This record gives sequence, C-alpha cells and structure tokens, in this order.
Amino acid sequence: MNILVPLIVMIPLLGAAIALVLGRRRRLQVLVSLVSLAAVVAISAVLLGMVDATGPAVVQIGGWQPPWGIVLVVDRLSAMMVLISALMLLGVLLFAVGQGIADGDSDAPVSIFHPTYLVLGAGLFNAFIAGDLFNMYVGFEMLLSASYVLLTLGGTGARIRVGITYIVVSLVSSIMFLAAIALIYGATGTVTLALLAERIPALPGDVQLILGLLLLLAFSIKAAVFPLSFWLPDSYPTAPAPVTAVFAGLLTKVGVYAILRTQTLLFPDSPLQIPLLIVAGLTLVIGILGALAQADIKRMLSFTLVSHIGYLILGIAIGTPLAIAATIYYVVHHITVQTTLFLTAGLIERTGGTTSLSRLGGLLKSAPLVAGIFFLGALNLGGIPPFSGFLGKLALFEAGVASGGVLIYILIAAGALTSLLTLYALARAWNMAFWRPTKQLIDYSSAMSASLQEDPQDEGEVLTKKLSPLMIGATSAMLLLSLSLTVFAGPIFDYTARAAADIENPSTYIDAVFPNGTP
Amino acid sequence: MSASLTLVILMAVMYAAGVYIMLERSLTRVLIGFLLVGNATNLLIFIMSGRPGSSPIVTGTSLDETIVDPIPQVLMLTAIVINFGITALLLALIYRSWWLARLGDEGDTVTDEHESETEESAEETFRSTSDDEDALQASLDESESHDSDTLASLDSPAPRTHREGDGR
Repeated sequence: MNILVPLIVMIPLLGAAIALVLGRRRRLQVLVSLVSLAAVVAISAVLLGMVDATGPAVVQIGGWQPPWGIVLVVDRLSAMMVLISALMLLGVLLFAVGQGIADGDSDAPVSIFHPTYLVLGAGLFNAFIAGDLFNMYVGFEMLLSASYVLLTLGGTGARIRVGITYIVVSLVSSIMFLAAIALIYGATGTVTLALLAERIPALPGDVQLILGLLLLLAFSIKAAVFPLSFWLPDSYPTAPAPVTAVFAGLLTKVGVYAILRTQTLLFPDSPLQIPLLIVAGLTLVIGILGALAQADIKRMLSFTLVSHIGYLILGIAIGTPLAIAATIYYVVHHITVQTTLFLTAGLIERTGGTTSLSRLGGLLKSAPLVAGIFFLGALNLGGIPPFSGFLGKLALFEAGVASGGVLIYILIAAGALTSLLTLYALARAWNMAFWRPTKQLIDYSSAMSASLQEDPQDEGEVLTKKLSPLMIGATSAMLLLSLSLTVFAGPIFDYTARAAADIENPSTYIDAVFPNGTP
Repeated sequence: MSASLTLVILMAVMYAAGVYIMLERSLTRVLIGFLLVGNATNLLIFIMSGRPGSSPIVTGTSLDETIVDPIPQVLMLTAIVINFGITALLLALIYRSWWLARLGDEGDTVTDEHESETEESAEETFRSTSDDEDALQASLDESESHDSDTLASLDSPAPRTHREGDGR
C-alpha cells in the first residue's frame, strides 16, 4: 500500500503536464484538474486510515536507502495535512471553475491557471510528506513558484506591484531556508529528518540555537508570524478570489507545519519557548488590531489570518502533547474556515460589486445565501460555541492552563481578547454589508465605521457580476466541511491527540524511516 | 571538516554585496542582488562538502577513501536549477513592470499590431523600424502626463503584444 505515498505528489504533477498540453481545450483541462485532485483526496483519505492503523508509511524513492536516498514519510500529522489541503484545493478549484463559467473566460489568452494550480498542490503535498529537509525545500519552491504565477495572473499593474514584493520576501525566506540546510548538513552530515532528530540534540547548545533560529526565521516569514507578516495583507487580497482563498488557507499553514515539524522533531529542548510565546502574543494582538482598521473585507480577513497564526505559534510554544493536539486541530479548523471566508468575500465582491464595507449594503436581501454562509463562517472564526473555532481555542487554552506560568496566562488573555476582537470585526462587516439597508449607504455614520481605512488600491468602482450555482455550491460545501469539524470534533481530536503523541515520542518516526536502527 | 578560506571569503563578499544591492529600489538591482545571494548560498553548500577530493565514483578500491562528498553537489545542482527558473520569472515580471510603469493604463490596451497584418505590411514593418520607434516614443511622451503609480485596473486583460507599430 506504500505505493500510494508518491502518488499524492505524482498525480497532480502529471495532471499539470496534461492540463498544460490541453491548454486550448478548456473542458478537458478542467476535467483533468478535478480528477487529479479528487484522486489525491481519495488516496490521502485511504492513507490517513492506513497510517492511523499501522503507523507511518515510508517510501524510499528509487530504492535508495536513507540517509543517501530521498524518503517520503506519511505519519498521522502529514496525512491529516495532506487530506485537508487536498479537500480545500478541490473545493476552491470547483469555485474557480464556476467563476470561469460565469465569466465566460473561455477566450482568455493562455490557460495557465489549471497547470499552475496543480503544481501548487504538488508542491504543497511534497512539503507535507518530505522525509528530509532538502525535499521539503524543493516542495516549498514548487509551491512558491506556482504561487508567484498565480498571484500575478493577467499581469495587471496592481498584481505585478504586489507580486514583486511577495516574490522578493519569499526569495529571502527561501535563501535563509537553503542556508540553514547547508549549515545543518555541515554540522551533522545529513539532511534526513529522522537522522537529524538524533544528531542535532548531540550538537553543542549554541550551534543548535543558531540552526533552530535560522530555520524558524525562514518558516516564520512563510507563516506570516509578526513581525515578519507585513507582506501578507498587501499581497494576498490583490489576487483573484480563488487564488487568495488557497493562499490564505494553505500557504501560511505550510509554514506553520514546517515550524511544528522542525521544532518538535529536531529541536525538542529548544530554549526558544519564551521568545516564541512573546511573538505569538504580538502576532495575535497586532494582527487583530490591524483587522479592526480595515474597510476592505479581503484586507480585514488577511489581518485576521495573520492574527490567528498566533494561536498556532502559541500551541507550538507550549509544546505539551495536549497543546500540540490542539494546534493540529486548530490548523485544520483554520484552513477550512479561512478558505471559506475568503471564497465568501469573492462571492460578496461579485454580488455587491466591491469588498469595501463603506459601499456595501442590503446584501441580506439581495443575496441571502451568501449572507448565511458569511454569518456561519464569521461565528466559526470568531470562536462562538459550539463551532470548531471555539473548540480549538478552548483546547489551546486548556493546554496552556495545564502547563501554567505567568507568561502563558497573559497569552491566554491575549488569545481571548483576540477572539472577541475577531468577532467584533466580523460582526461589523456583517452589520454593514448585510444587515444595513441599501438606502442607508448615503451619509452613513456610525461609531463602528469611524476608524475604517479604505484599501489604498481601491478605486471606488462598483462592478457586479452574476454568481454561478457552482460557486455558491463549492462555498457551501466548504462551510459544511468546517461545520463537520464541530460535529466530528470527538473523533478528530482523538486522532490529533494520537498525532501529537507521535510527535512527542519521535522514535515512532525514526524507527519507521530506519527499521534497522540509525546509521 | 576543513574548508578553503578563499571560498569562505568569496561567499562572505557575495552575501554582503548581494544583500546591499537587494535593498535598492530598482528591480533589476534586486534581481542582481538575489543572484549574488543565491550563488553565495550555493557556495555555502559547496563549502559544507569539506575537503576537495577525487570524483565521487565508488570503485571498491582504496581510491574510495579520497572521494569528495557528493551530496552537497546534488543539493547545489537542484538549487541552481530552481534559482535559474525563478530568475527567468523575475526577469519577465520586471520587464512587465517596466512596461506598465512607462505606459500606465495604456500598457494593457495597446493593440495587437499583428491583427490586421498581411505579408506586405509585415515586410513594411521590418523596413520601417524607425517609424516604430517614433511611435513608441510618442506614446511614452503621451504617458508622461499620467501618474505612473496609477497602474492598470484589476480586471483589464493581459496585453497581446508590447510593441507599438503601424496599427495606429
């Protein structure tokens, strides 16, 4: 059954090649993309069941033994990440297809969206299942290169301008990652994670600290951890709605995954807990304060995205099995809910003609379904019981209380405050865009809207386009998925607890890669 | 592990120069800075392979003890290929950005000169490159009144050509 492991990278890559060849035949191209991603969803679901039952699945590429060859490792954490990302990619693809049909864009010049999208998926999956640091780097580069193209789709001025900022920031992060890999190789003579897990703790403490910091810095840029998050709210909202949704849901989380994997497997006794806690607190509070000032829904959501990364860093910093389990649950929750909300913002933009709160109104009447989706998504992100946002935060706070310490209590307070402020920002968006009648749009004044700042790139246009049933269907399906995280919270949390136990006890991972003992 | 001091110094100089140039505003310089920093990182990987030696071919004889560590070279090769691809993409983006900055909104709406082209008119195009340049210059002069910061709107389509020609 291990044959399934490489397939989750190979199928999207092959699909991308076929989709590129079929560039002029739109329907076939769509079909190829949908089939590839659906296949990955099915395979990763099977893998998740298999890995949960029998332990990590390991594949040596080309039959070369580690540490010389490349290994792909799917443990419980990777399987979960691959499954949820594949589901998100599929849902967003359906949305994009619906949008393409609604816009009638079959005469667009070059159809690079589908191949690039699949390469992004392949890179993402490769980063999740990489058994060595360098392969993880290659996965990162695949998904980043694809994201550069997706962000600058169409090559319009605004997208090129933000695209270049995004690319330069990402390149700096990639170079740091590569330099860290070089130094780690120099210090230990290997890049295989399972072997590094034994050799890095044997290094002198200061060397460990430098290596750990360099990796952490590289991944923090990707994960948009404050103060390295400045690039995100400017670049993400400019892309087309489906692209923004995928970036928001998945691209920052791959950074979080990498932090989680390296900090727990390679640097288990790292002295970085206190700095990480402080950074988590700042990310939480400063991110959400940014969200409060935004009039543009997409920018507001981007700031909540940055802010909620703080919860994940908090969980990683606490580092107890319960905290790690809560973090994994929260990652899954956050991927789904953030993607859903960004897709909903895309729906709002089409039906209301803009995403600026100061020019939206009466959407509850004109688009009740979109209103419903946004309402539920907002409550979920804001952490209202019984939604998964509440459960994830509750588990994180419980883990924090169990771990104790003044700093952690402060962090819990910051987390609760962030949750309330998130709810405030989203409730305001709901009030202004949906609840407020259209006739109040002129000369509207309210204490809520006093501090709002318009998107600097907003040109004040109102341009409505029609919604296609497929777009609404895809968004509703994502919403249902995020609600099912609440319904099945018990089994999912049990699973993440087992995944966290694996992480806490890396010998499972190491023994799976080196069944005959490490060299 | 022993490393060549020359390589270390070279790497340090490349890092320093690269970071310095990357901080410039001009995108082409950012690209040059990225190339320097990227290659400095490649050198860093190379330095990590330790002492020089014979080519890494396992023969089963005593020669095997002097072979150089092949893994850093593999990593370098991959990194070079990735850098190459990214450089190509960046060049395309920089060119596009230059084009948009020069022409503003018009950059997106420049007509396709090949649309109504016949064989004769195509030959004419080759003959009249100076006319072509005049047209481009005229359009550049015109666009100077535009603020180059108000670039194209989000939904305008990609241009099909970058040349101003006898279409006008």
